[in-house]
Parts: sequence; structure tokens; C-alpha cells
Amino acid sequence: MRLPQLVQELQIGGTSRIAEMDEMNEPDVFTPRLQLNRRRVLGGIGVGALAMAMPRQAAAVLRLDVTQGNVQPLPVAVPDFVGVSATDVDTARNVSQIITANLRRSGLFAPIDPAAFIEKISNADAVPRFPDWRAINAQGLVTGRVTRQQDGRLKAEFRLWDVFAGQQLTGQQYFTTPDNWRRIAHIISDAIYERLTGEKGYFDSRIVFIDESGPKERRIKRLAIMDQDGAGVRYLTRGDELVLTPRFSPSTQEITYMSYGRGDPRVYLLNIETGQRETVGNFPGMTFSPRFSPDGQRVIMSLQQGGNANLFAMDLRSKATTRLTDTAAIDTAPSYSPDGARICFESDRGGSQQIYVMGAQGGPAQRISFSEGSYSTPVWSPRGDTIAFTKQYQGKFAIGIMRTDGSGERILSEGFHNEGPTFSPNGRVVMFFRDPGGESGPSLFTVDITGRNELKVPTPGYASDPAWSPLLS
Amino acid sequence: MTTVIRFARGSTIAAILMAALGLAACASKPEGPAASASVAGAAARGSAQDFVVNVGDRVFFETDSSEITAQGRETLDKQAQWLTNYGQHAFTVEGHADERGTREYNLALGARRAQAVRDYLASRGIAPTRMRTISFGKERPVAVCNDISCWSQNRRAVTVLNASS
Repeated sequence: MRLPQLVQELQIGGTSRIAEMDEMNEPDVFTPRLQLNRRRVLGGIGVGALAMAMPRQAAAVLRLDVTQGNVQPLPVAVPDFVGVSATDVDTARNVSQIITANLRRSGLFAPIDPAAFIEKISNADAVPRFPDWRAINAQGLVTGRVTRQQDGRLKAEFRLWDVFAGQQLTGQQYFTTPDNWRRIAHIISDAIYERLTGEKGYFDSRIVFIDESGPKERRIKRLAIMDQDGAGVRYLTRGDELVLTPRFSPSTQEITYMSYGRGDPRVYLLNIETGQRETVGNFPGMTFSPRFSPDGQRVIMSLQQGGNANLFAMDLRSKATTRLTDTAAIDTAPSYSPDGARICFESDRGGSQQIYVMGAQGGPAQRISFSEGSYSTPVWSPRGDTIAFTKQYQGKFAIGIMRTDGSGERILSEGFHNEGPTFSPNGRVVMFFRDPGGESGPSLFTVDITGRNELKVPTPGYASDPAWSPLLS
Repeated sequence: MTTVIRFARGSTIAAILMAALGLAACASKPEGPAASASVAGAAARGSAQDFVVNVGDRVFFETDSSEITAQGRETLDKQAQWLTNYGQHAFTVEGHADERGTREYNLALGARRAQAVRDYLASRGIAPTRMRTISFGKERPVAVCNDISCWSQNRRAVTVLNASS
């Protein structure tokens, strides 16, 4: 029996690198900007010979409805990918394990313990014995293979099977340099996630955050970057300058953040590939709380003017600055809507910190947060429909989301002291940091926008101020 | 430089408390409390140490407020007098917040507190050209614990004499 052909072929290059501290001095690593050539191997949809050969069950296509309030995690099986050579076997197993971990952490899937597997997948070209997988109640099955090409590149293929319908749902193959194997695993995870939920995934993405060490009175803070699952941490600054609130550009190649150098603390721009750093604008005073516009052309930030903080935008090409607010208040934590038309921010112009929304050019702002307590660090969902925030109420700091008109508030995580939400690229997950106070320090957590599945994100030390990148490909 | 106080932490706290609580009483006496007298004795008049120990380098704020308190005014009046006497010193006012606020807001709140001190000292005749302000938000607490005893020490503005002056 012939298998359906794999639908897409992705070429993932890995020529550029992250400039990092010299003491780290690791070999070249892949970076977010990858040369990605996506070309269709087949013109049409890849339901080939297999689907026709198999008895198709009507309306049985596997699909996880994530629009429901309460999602029952979908049982899936991810047996080790087949490795062709001895070294490939390790890589193949690692790829499967990362896929398994991603799917499990999403809270939407329940990977089945491999000890329960009946069939051992040893030939990626054979159709799985579906009854064996049905017997352990796997609904989705992911098989794959990792092969070293003659030119030294790694070829990774996978197929996602609907076990009960007995058909392939999707299949892709990828070519890349061998050190990109981790990224391949994330890309495959995203493909599975998207095929089964109908929503884009978020696994092939990164987090920029602040690594913290040392006693609290003299905390050392370094810019750090890692994969969304906590792997591959790299430090972008040495810790000799206090750095805060890093944010990704949409290209994922640059970070804007605040740093204490000589003189006033300022907003900087750092190219993570070249390590080149520059100040953003030449403002008379402290600039802070930066964030990119969705098109990456502008940085919006606060400028401290005496006792007040106002919002300014700077065009990165022309260097022209635009004042967006002019109040005797603290206006800060601005975040653009994904279409770039509006800005949400926090202001204490009404007495306490609340969330306001205004046009991207400034002008009148409308308060949207009206429940008890104060609201800060608003951030617009990539989906456009909600704004996540930190809420202070009765001495507690909660992370929540609300619609962009302020209705439908939902608290996702409560306690002392949660702060600084950032959305996954698909808007499905919120990451934030939690600091228990006292001598200890903060950690990163993720929680689903339904408020379920709160998980700690592994980091080498204390970590704060996370910002999630867009999807890398 | 975030601090010029280079004593052990315990004595730093003692100095702070003295500055916060003891100044009204101290003002009418030639010497401070016995505990700090020996330290004070070691400080050369007009030196940074003299300023920290005998004047008090910091004022404290209520939660979420940048208003100078009555106690703060007394400290700042003494600071202004000292800074007038020793006009060679340029200085930086560092504004700080406690940890019970979000990072961005606390940066602005610290700046507001530093500005309030700057404005007050200017109103007492200190030349603005001698003064610079900076905010550290909640990044540099002096006291670390999870209750009000620490938070109230962290909500502060510290007048730091420049090393070169």
C-alpha cells in the first residue's frame, strides 16, 4: 500500500546567529529569522492513495473544539520517530519527546504513556496498525522519521493520523542543519496543533525575559532569551547594567528594552543577531516601558517629564517622535492593537491606575477598566479581541483578560504577586511572572486564557518581565 | 552608585530609622543618639558621611504617594541647610518605590518622588543645576521582607552626593 505523499516541504536554514556574551561562546545557533522556502510538493490536498484505500468513516475527521469552555484533552500517541542511522535514533527520539512535551503543556492534548503502546513503529513508510492504537484509545497518532542526507542536512518527516478514521490528516517533511532539530520538533508540534484545533500553534516561538540573580537589594538583571519551552537559554547582556521590560519586534530580530547606563535610564534597541545596540530617540529624561508597533516601524514608550509620564512614539527610520498623551499623570505600559490602529495603556489620570484605549495617533482616551481595584500593564491579544492586564485588589496581584471595551473580565491567576502578562503568538496562552516576595525571586508561568492549566516555565534562575515572540516561521 | 551608605546592613537600618524618627528630637540637640555618636564623630564636617549620619539622606512616603510628609519636610529643611553650607556638592535625588506596584508604574512613581524632593529643595534655595533626579522604581529595595516594616522603608527618596563633588 502506498502512503499519501507529504504535503509540504520546508527548508529551514540556520545561517544567522544570536550575538551573545563572549564567555558563553557557543557555536552558531539558529535564530528567529530563518530562510524559509515553503513550496508545495503536491498541488492539491495530500489525501492520496491511502485515504481512498481505507474505509472512510463519515464525519469522523478528528478535530478538537477549543472554543468550548471546558476542553477535554485529546488522547494522542507520539511513538519515537524512526532514526535511520545510530545518531539519528537519538535525534529522532528527542524530536518525539519535544513534540510530546509541547502537546502536553498546551493542556489540549493528553499524550499516552509509551509503555502502553502495542505497535512499535519501526518503519515510517508503513501504515500504522490502527486497531493497536484504537485499543489504547489514542485518537491522534504522530509517526515520523529523521534521516541524515548525503549533504549533511537533516530530513525530518512526520504524519499525523486520525486513528479512528484510519486516515492521514497531515504530513510534512523538513530539511535543515542538524543543530536545528529542536526547532523542527516545535514546527511539527505547531502543524499538529493547527491541524487538530484549527488554530495556529505557538511552539515555534521564543521568550525574551530578565534573568535575575543575587540578593534582592543588589539584584543582578540580565537580558535573556530562550525557546518557549525554556530550552536554549542565552544571555544577551552581562548584568553590569540594570535592564528591564524587554519586548520583541515583530521580525523577532530586535528587542527593545530599558537599561540603566550612564545618565538617564533609557529605552534601547538591540539587534539580537548582530549584538548592535542603540538608544531609541534623544529624549530629555528617562524613557521606559517600550513596545514595538505591529509593523515594527515604531517604538512606543513613556517619557518621564518631571512628575509626569507621557506616551511618545518614535519612527525608527525617520527618528521623528510624536507625543501621544499630555497629562499631569503617569501614562505608561502602552501596547498597540494588532492592526496598529489603537493603543491601550495605563494611566492614573483619574486617581488610580486604570486601563485606557485611544487611537494610535493619540487624542481622547477612553477608560475601559471599571471593576474594583486598579489595573496596569495592559497588553493587546494578537487575536485583537482581548486585553490582558495586572489587577491590584485588596493587596493581591492578579492576571486577567477583558474584552477591548472592558467587558467580560476573567481572572486567570491570583495571589501575591503576579505581574506583566504577555500573549502567546496565537493568543491562546498568557505568560506572566510571579514573585512570592521576601528574599526569593520571581518565576515565569503560563496559563490558558480559560484560566486553566497553569504551569511553571523552567528557567535557570529567577526570571521576570517575559515577552513572547511572534511565530518564528 | 545606588547608595553611599557602606555600613553593615544592620547599622544602615539604624541610620535610616534615626533619620526618620529621631530627627525632630535630634534637631534641638547638638549630638544625635549615642548609638550614632561615634559614627558621627568620625564624619568630617561637610563630608558625604556627615550628610548621611548627621543630616539624614532620605525621606519616606506614604503608599502610592509622592507627597512630602511633615517629617520629610524637616529632613529636607536640614538637607537644604547643609547643602547651602556646603555648596561644593552636586547631588542626585534617587526615587524608589516599594514592591507593591507594577514595574512600569513604580518607575514613574519613583521619578515623581524624586521630583517632589527636588522641587522642595529648590524652594529652599538650592540651585537646580546642582540637582539631578533618577528613579529606580522597585528595583533597589533597602529592606527585604513581606510586610509593612520593609515596604515603608523602601518608599523613599535618597539624596546622594556625587562622588566627585
